[in-house]
Amino acid sequence: MRPLRLLAVLALVLVLGGAAFLAYAWRSEIDPADPPAPASLDPALAARGSELAAIGNCNVCHTAPNGEPFAGGLGIPTPFGTIYSTNITPDPETGIGRWSEAAFIRSMREGVDREGRHLYPAFPYDHFTLVTDEDNRALYAFLMTRRAVAATPTANELSFPFNVRLLLAGWKALFFKEGAFRPDPGRPAEWNRGRYLAEGLSHCGACHTPRNRFGAEEATQHFSGAEVENWTAYAINAASPAPVPWDAESLAAYLRHGWHERHGVSRGPMAPVTANLGSVPEADARAIAAYVAEIMGQPNQERRARGEAALAATRRDIEAPLAARAGATGNGIGAAIYASACEGCHSGRRPPPFGGLNLHLSTAVNGPNPQNIINVVLFGLPAAKGEPSAMMPAYRSVLNEDQLVALLEHMRERFSDRPAWTDTRERVAATIRGERRITVYRMDGTTQAPPESSMRTTP
Amino acid sequence: MTVTLSVNGKTHRVEADPETPLLYVLRDDLQLNGAKYGCGIGQCGSCTVMVDGEAVLSCVTPLLLLEGRKVTTVEGLGTLENPGPMQRAFIEEQAAQCGYCIPGMMMRAQALLQADPAAGEAAVRAQLEPNLCRCGTHMRIVKAVMRAGELMRQNSRSGGAT
Repeated sequence: MRPLRLLAVLALVLVLGGAAFLAYAWRSEIDPADPPAPASLDPALAARGSELAAIGNCNVCHTAPNGEPFAGGLGIPTPFGTIYSTNITPDPETGIGRWSEAAFIRSMREGVDREGRHLYPAFPYDHFTLVTDEDNRALYAFLMTRRAVAATPTANELSFPFNVRLLLAGWKALFFKEGAFRPDPGRPAEWNRGRYLAEGLSHCGACHTPRNRFGAEEATQHFSGAEVENWTAYAINAASPAPVPWDAESLAAYLRHGWHERHGVSRGPMAPVTANLGSVPEADARAIAAYVAEIMGQPNQERRARGEAALAATRRDIEAPLAARAGATGNGIGAAIYASACEGCHSGRRPPPFGGLNLHLSTAVNGPNPQNIINVVLFGLPAAKGEPSAMMPAYRSVLNEDQLVALLEHMRERFSDRPAWTDTRERVAATIRGERRITVYRMDGTTQAPPESSMRTTP
Repeated sequence: MTVTLSVNGKTHRVEADPETPLLYVLRDDLQLNGAKYGCGIGQCGSCTVMVDGEAVLSCVTPLLLLEGRKVTTVEGLGTLENPGPMQRAFIEEQAAQCGYCIPGMMMRAQALLQADPAAGEAAVRAQLEPNLCRCGTHMRIVKAVMRAGELMRQNSRSGGAT
């Protein structure tokens, strides 16, 4: 009898615990509503929402390659499986047309959909929770005035237990702090604005902060850099590997125009971000830049000296006669490939964005790993559509593994004072073989392109 | 130094600096003038040739990367008397205006159709995107490539070459 009784108690505890968790995890459905008539939404509010959507990069994830803007379907690779973005056009059946404003605001604040299901944090509600009701109303007005597109995204490819949405309540209990942004009255308005945007809607940390094994951002490593979609998002705190230290001014120019003379062009998953920021009020881009620059902090003596040295080395390259520089350093084949295939554009004689950056100034060459250069060398930088932009030809058809490794080793040795990378060959081999899948972004990175083109192409 | 280069099925021994762009060797040493010098910095596509079946910008590809690789230029797609399907299609569609970009267009299209003879128009447009045409004959170029695909499929059904 006794073991049976123990079992009964255990079962009771389990049932009660399960019921308590259910009660805790349960979110109610918000009644479906008819899509609001576009005319009923304030055009000024929708226009403001358009800027906020650009600041939030909604289009980047909620548009599939060659797809309709905001119709979803982009596969987002995570360590737990692939999550497909949802359709956020006002289509009543497949989009969010039946979502009331309250349902939309709840999804942003709490990460719960209209039906009450917990959303995966691939939708960065850990940041969006900071967005004010007022801004959410503007975003809602913008999205509800888009063209409704009937499109059902591919179902998520998640294995058990990650496909059980209810368990996300546990994830939220551990890693999610709900609540709108509260400004710090002791700080200037611009700082508060920058913090609100950068930590909230812009969700900079979603890429630039490393994640723990549960996929949550490591709070103690804020902005210290991470790898996302096989692109390296650099540290944007005091550990920034940029040879010339960033400041609020250079960062604002870069975020708005997608390039800076002393830092090069924005590319990879950052390309759509700067493309979007080019369309928002300048004050907002400046506020983000000022906030991030403050987190980076004033460069110390050593960093300033390194920046000066990089600029001096660049000047020497520009002034040196071409013939004297070709093959001037060792590492045989790497130096020869650099001199013949790269230096023509990357000498620094023709300034960015239309000339290549002198690599003494390159964050990539000074970065923690060679992945971004591998991606750019193999797949190039496809030009923007219908407007002048930076571009770079792809070398995947001619460079083999040995040649690319030699080239990267030469670049690191010649253009950086940091130690050699240790994983160059492994990364090159995996990228060439396609085991590391690289998403190639156009220089404009927008979804404004005609439907037959690809904002994102996966080779 | 002497570099051994395989172009259009023939082996050439070329006396050249290993850093020389492939385009210069093709035009100046081998008198293969099909590939054109446009921008010289890999931005226009008029110098496109194939290396081991893939489209490559010959103006930014140094000789030293090409040891043991197979280069194909527009001259390798057929002859004046017996043009290949890509060349025939461009003639039949009258797809050239000034003609400067055409060899590059043909070679990039050839690389696509060799890999995927059934490539549709969207794939053709995406493939040709890096190649510029300043006359504006894009519509005819796309038509010609679609026709080339048809000719190649007919040929392969009757056992001919692509």
